[in-house]
Amino acid sequence: MNLLQQVINGLSLGSIYALIALGYTMVYGIIKLINFAHCDIYMIGAYVGYLCLTKLHIGVLPSILIAMVVCTVLGILIEKIAYKPLRNATRIAVLITAIGVSMFLEYGMMYIFKANVRAYPPMTGWMAKSFRFSGLTLTSQQILIFASTIILMILLQFIVRRTRIGKAMRAVSLDRDAAELMGINVDSTISFTFALGSALAGAAGVLVGIYYNSINPLMGALPGLKAFVAAVFGGIGVIPGAMIGGYFIGLVEVFVSGYGNSMYKDAVVFAILILILIIKPSGLLGKNTGEKV
Amino acid sequence: MKGIMKNRTLLKSLILLAGFAVVQLLVFVDVIDSYIMGIIARTCINIILAVSLNLITGFTGQFSLGHAGFMSIGAYVCAITTFRYPTIPGFIAGVLLGAICAAIVGALVGLPTLRLRGDYLAIATLGMAEIIRILFLNMKITNGAAGLINIPQFVNWPWLFIFTVGTVVLISNYIKSAHGRACISIREDEIASESMGINTTRTKVTAFTIGAFFAGIAGALYASYFFFIKPDLFGFQKSIDVLVIVVFGGMGSISGSVIAAVLLEVISTMLQSIVELRMVFYAIMLVIIMLFRPQGLMGSKELTVIMFKEQAGKLFGRIRSVGGKGGKA
Repeated sequence: MNLLQQVINGLSLGSIYALIALGYTMVYGIIKLINFAHCDIYMIGAYVGYLCLTKLHIGVLPSILIAMVVCTVLGILIEKIAYKPLRNATRIAVLITAIGVSMFLEYGMMYIFKANVRAYPPMTGWMAKSFRFSGLTLTSQQILIFASTIILMILLQFIVRRTRIGKAMRAVSLDRDAAELMGINVDSTISFTFALGSALAGAAGVLVGIYYNSINPLMGALPGLKAFVAAVFGGIGVIPGAMIGGYFIGLVEVFVSGYGNSMYKDAVVFAILILILIIKPSGLLGKNTGEKV
Repeated sequence: MKGIMKNRTLLKSLILLAGFAVVQLLVFVDVIDSYIMGIIARTCINIILAVSLNLITGFTGQFSLGHAGFMSIGAYVCAITTFRYPTIPGFIAGVLLGAICAAIVGALVGLPTLRLRGDYLAIATLGMAEIIRILFLNMKITNGAAGLINIPQFVNWPWLFIFTVGTVVLISNYIKSAHGRACISIREDEIASESMGINTTRTKVTAFTIGAFFAGIAGALYASYFFFIKPDLFGFQKSIDVLVIVVFGGMGSISGSVIAAVLLEVISTMLQSIVELRMVFYAIMLVIIMLFRPQGLMGSKELTVIMFKEQAGKLFGRIRSVGGKGGKA
């Protein structure tokens, strides 16, 4: 396999990580919580897509949209039920709650859908095509992943940079108390952040189902960790950082599998994480905040 | 005051010995079969893990998500040692060697990463544990994903008792020492404690190393009791399980960790009959506990001190300020 092919594969994997990492980074930026349930929202997105494609027999794009809507609702619900009552509790209490929610989603899904792996239906029509030029293969699924990731990211950037609610999000993540004093509804802003992140995770879930063809209730755990690594790598709380981090982790993983030993790809990702944390804990694009007494 | 302290220690040891004797007796008359003993073993191992993580997370305030990594080092080192020397001294050497290896890795990991704060440290330790797991998954001597089976079984109730009580006593005494006070001051305010002349890096690394050491012991006991280990047993989920015990019991409460370890094991055993829904209930319970009691069962209080204060008061018929003073120690 030549280098460019690896780059293409790495970028499509990276797109998925980037989409998940965005949810982690936004939630962390706004309430300083490692939302462990996020990777399970991504898993649920994959299952919703699976149901849409196999039971409702609708196309890929409507399935992605439905998964995004379901995940948005789920994200808001989780935030309202599990995290909101703990707004003033210690951060570790919220973290344990997040772990509890994550376990609930994983094992709840395992109870409903059983633990076995399910296969996405084979793609038909334009989705089954692949394009070859000069030794490179680009599948329609990869094009779909690139296209939807780029569209979603542009949309996200637009929402965060250009709209009132986006401004509110940035304000709350900068200083929650000050934002509240300025008349920003902090609670609804936090809910909105969860909604945005969950929608992206839902889309990522369906895309992964289409790309890798198999889903299971525990599929979120490892990609979730890696997406979090991606978010830390790019500078947690920084939206462009999560995108860069996601693509970087995707590329690293594909290159380690391609040119090294695929058994060690996860170890390399985590080693990079530790190095980054030691050298520049705030991440690539993060700002160093001075210590205040 | 010294007299009361001495008597209290005596009383504590008597109660512990009585507990030990009762269980040992029940083992002899076969009331406790291998199934119940398995539950007891898991509880003891969880107590060791939780108490040692509590030293790192609860008392020193350093958020670690990689405790299972240290546990796996202890487990594998002990297993490999006892394979080679399947004798009691070999087992003891295996446990100690496992613990020392875990402590060394703990110190090596701790030195650079403990400069990080809060969540960053949590992520770094998580990454470290994953790396350890992947290494074990790919090494020849650990037999990869299949794991090691038929590890010589040496652990029985007396060994579990010795190691569990030893861990609890050593760590609670460490916390009462000057070093332990330094740990607590770091948790309360790192900058303030640094300006009071505490070498914060050294204190944190020491606490981390001690925690890793005992996690290694827990792993060694696990390997030797359940005679089967594989890398997947020591994944992220295991670290989370231990953290849940610590937070559930109360951060900074040794007795809380002990109670939580026992309670969670009992709950999870009771839920055994509904295998499929077990984890769902467990998860719901976890969320509910955190929603209604975010500080954990005990907060940062200790049960034994209060209990023994009252006990001593009854014994001597005088609860005075003396008892109050003694209770604080």
